[in-house]
Amino acid sequence: MGEGIKDKVAIIGMGCTKFGEHWDKGSEDLIVEAFTEAVEDAGIEKKDIQAAWYGSCYEELNVGKSALPLSRTLKLPFIPVTRVENLCASGSEALRGAVYGVASGAYDIAMAMGAEKLKDTGYGGLSEVSTILGTKNRVIFPAISAPGAFAMMANRYFSKYGMSTEEGKRSLAKISVNSHKNGSINPKAHLHRIITEEDVLNAPIIASPLGLLDCCGVSDGAAAAIVCRADMANDFIADPVFVKALQIGISSGEELGYTQWDGTYVESTVRTAARTYKEAGIKNPREEINMMEVHDCFSITELVTYEDLQISPRGKARNDIEDGFFTIEGKIPSQPDGGLKCFGHPIGASGLRMLYEMYKQLQGKAGERQIKDPKIGLTHNLGGFPQMNVISIVIVGL
Amino acid sequence: MIGIVSYGGYLPLNRINRDIIFKSMGWLHQATYMKGEKCVANFDEDSVTMAVASAMNCLEGYDRDYVDGLYFATTTSPFKERRCANIIGTALDLKSQIRTADFTDSTSAGTSALIAAIDSIGAGSANNLLLCASDVRVGKPGSSQELSFSDGAASLLLGDDGVIASWEGYYCVSYDFPDHWRTENDRTDRAWEDRFGREQGYRKFIPEAISGLLSKYNLQQKDISKVAFPGIYPRDHIAIYKRLGFEPDQVQDHLMTVMGNIGTSYPLMILISALEDSSPGDKIIVAGFGNGSDALLFQVTEEIEKIKGQKRGVKRYLESKRDLNNYEKYLAFRNFISPEGGIRAEAIPYTALSLTWRDRREILGLCGTRCKKCGTPQYPAQKVCVNPDCGAIDEMEYYRFSDKKGTIFSFTGDLLAFTPNPPGIYAVIDFDGGGRFWFDVTDCDLESMKIGMPVEVSFRRRYVDERGGIVGYFWKAVPV
Repeated sequence: MGEGIKDKVAIIGMGCTKFGEHWDKGSEDLIVEAFTEAVEDAGIEKKDIQAAWYGSCYEELNVGKSALPLSRTLKLPFIPVTRVENLCASGSEALRGAVYGVASGAYDIAMAMGAEKLKDTGYGGLSEVSTILGTKNRVIFPAISAPGAFAMMANRYFSKYGMSTEEGKRSLAKISVNSHKNGSINPKAHLHRIITEEDVLNAPIIASPLGLLDCCGVSDGAAAAIVCRADMANDFIADPVFVKALQIGISSGEELGYTQWDGTYVESTVRTAARTYKEAGIKNPREEINMMEVHDCFSITELVTYEDLQISPRGKARNDIEDGFFTIEGKIPSQPDGGLKCFGHPIGASGLRMLYEMYKQLQGKAGERQIKDPKIGLTHNLGGFPQMNVISIVIVGL
Repeated sequence: MIGIVSYGGYLPLNRINRDIIFKSMGWLHQATYMKGEKCVANFDEDSVTMAVASAMNCLEGYDRDYVDGLYFATTTSPFKERRCANIIGTALDLKSQIRTADFTDSTSAGTSALIAAIDSIGAGSANNLLLCASDVRVGKPGSSQELSFSDGAASLLLGDDGVIASWEGYYCVSYDFPDHWRTENDRTDRAWEDRFGREQGYRKFIPEAISGLLSKYNLQQKDISKVAFPGIYPRDHIAIYKRLGFEPDQVQDHLMTVMGNIGTSYPLMILISALEDSSPGDKIIVAGFGNGSDALLFQVTEEIEKIKGQKRGVKRYLESKRDLNNYEKYLAFRNFISPEGGIRAEAIPYTALSLTWRDRREILGLCGTRCKKCGTPQYPAQKVCVNPDCGAIDEMEYYRFSDKKGTIFSFTGDLLAFTPNPPGIYAVIDFDGGGRFWFDVTDCDLESMKIGMPVEVSFRRRYVDERGGIVGYFWKAVPV
């Protein structure tokens, strides 16, 4: 590993639309809205942006392939713009492009934008995954869905730690309850309903053992970040946030092709977290991380992520959940904005939406949701399935 | 000595009690009533997949390269033009340098193919041949055929080495008998009056073939241990053997009440049933029915003792069953009704046929690779070894997973993803001997699924693209 990205790049402006079922808005509307907030926040003009990266997963549902849609929507003046796609890490991958572009010295100011317009698919849930698997995998993969792939991890986890399905589901329910509580007071969240454990347990099954309220919503949204050289940051704003680490990690194929992986954790998260902490200089994440937005596409994902990020010991995340460790008043508040549970998961936007919350919290601008005096925040995305995936982890701080 | 070397039967897990059908459709023609139950191919089965299932069992213990040819008999081919024997051969991972043929258009095709196979071996043009007969027979809703027609498959390995029942001769009668037929545009049978088929066909042709066989080989009824022929009309079945002079204990159970009329595989299935209970020296006559009748004579050898209890034959399948307690589901499985599948049912991606051809051994044959450096089996076939401590490049040999058993590593029952029979159950499977992949699980209830449960794989219709006329055959896991 090289010397890393720590403190080389600052975030000086961010924008995020309200997430939800925007029947009356297209990707272009959402992009413009996130962009406008971000440049106003940074106090810059469009002409100051020297390069941009655009993350979206389903190009056919959005504005098309390539970076042209972003450039043409915003009328970017013939600058370098790149579209990136890396499943649910697409937004964080766009950030990586912008941050590395600035850190390399190629640009002083760059933008990352993520957007997704899921509600034009006609699907409840993500659209048919077989279309994104590749021509051969479609023929040989089972008829999987995202909840089903994660449900297999839940069954495996329950089995390994001797939990009955009922016990397991109850632990998972607490995760959803926490997110919904946080999301209920976030005006940008899609869902504002406070739910109880019983609501989660009684929700219809989507893929056993996961029920409807174990799954995140489906929504539209966009989010954007303006980044610049760290030494320039205070020229723009008084309270910049610095990138401490930014890592991506992709499955090698061992999980589904070799018989070593035990199915109760996400190997890529474990490996990526180790690299991220090293880059950020974090020795004891449980003590040094102050808040997190992790990829809670499903409640089980959030549970194992706590362990994979070395916050909770193996098999013990449920104890931390039980103890309120991850609530807004807890030691490491998680999903303070309501998470994917309440925001839904417009894929390209999610990573940047998480970053938006960390950014606002670090600046002390999170309003009713404000966490007391945070210094270090972490975001985590998991694209794909526990059995094969794309991970991004970003650490930001003051 | 030429004859039967091995056998394998197959009946689909689903049974429907004929009362269920009659309760729904009996208002139309009360005279159609028939008691008992019939087999129902699962939504993901057809005559090709069931043929593979029976052949897998038949070939257990044989090197697949040993097989010199494959004949397939059916009246319900999924294709008008595409040789099903070659799909079956690829699924079984047989070598390509073999002779194949499809025999069809009559329920006698099973016995016809058997005679042809024996002739080929006798002529010295093949050392052995695999014969698969399989049918998914559908009758029009409300018809008597709907009650009697059933689904099943049988395979026989015929050869000159290790013969368990030697070929002693045959006698055929062939008529262009118009009791029932289908034109190229018909989905279900058209039939002349039922009494006509019964009186002028069934009750005449089978006795003519069997008595012809007896006199051709100078045999008396008492020389025969078992006579086996379809019980399409159970009452007439009794009349036939009585008229032929056989005692009830010489007559093989026709299985019509518990199995039904499984078409081309019917005579072979009751032959297998007779073999399961036979002793060395027994002489067995089996006769089929369809545009005439073929009567075949076998004599059981000492080798039968080696195979008894080793094959799944008929008994195991008669015992292992699940009630399909739902006529509408039966209609949906056979495509008589098209229930709403939602938007996901329509999102069938196109199939790259150049790819499925290129990777046919992987897809149809479920062959992955095994690393020659570290010995790790892996599916699908890899160029770079998946073992993180190895990683060898291009050191792979083909490795067949279809004949390996495995265990459930993890599973779910999915109500979101499309399947014609929700919930969609799928699982990650760890194979005995190494290798891991995920598969749909079929012939299984979610409630019975457990981590660590033993499974095997079964060749199925993984998806159907109706727009493109594509049947995506692949393998699914089934409980052992």
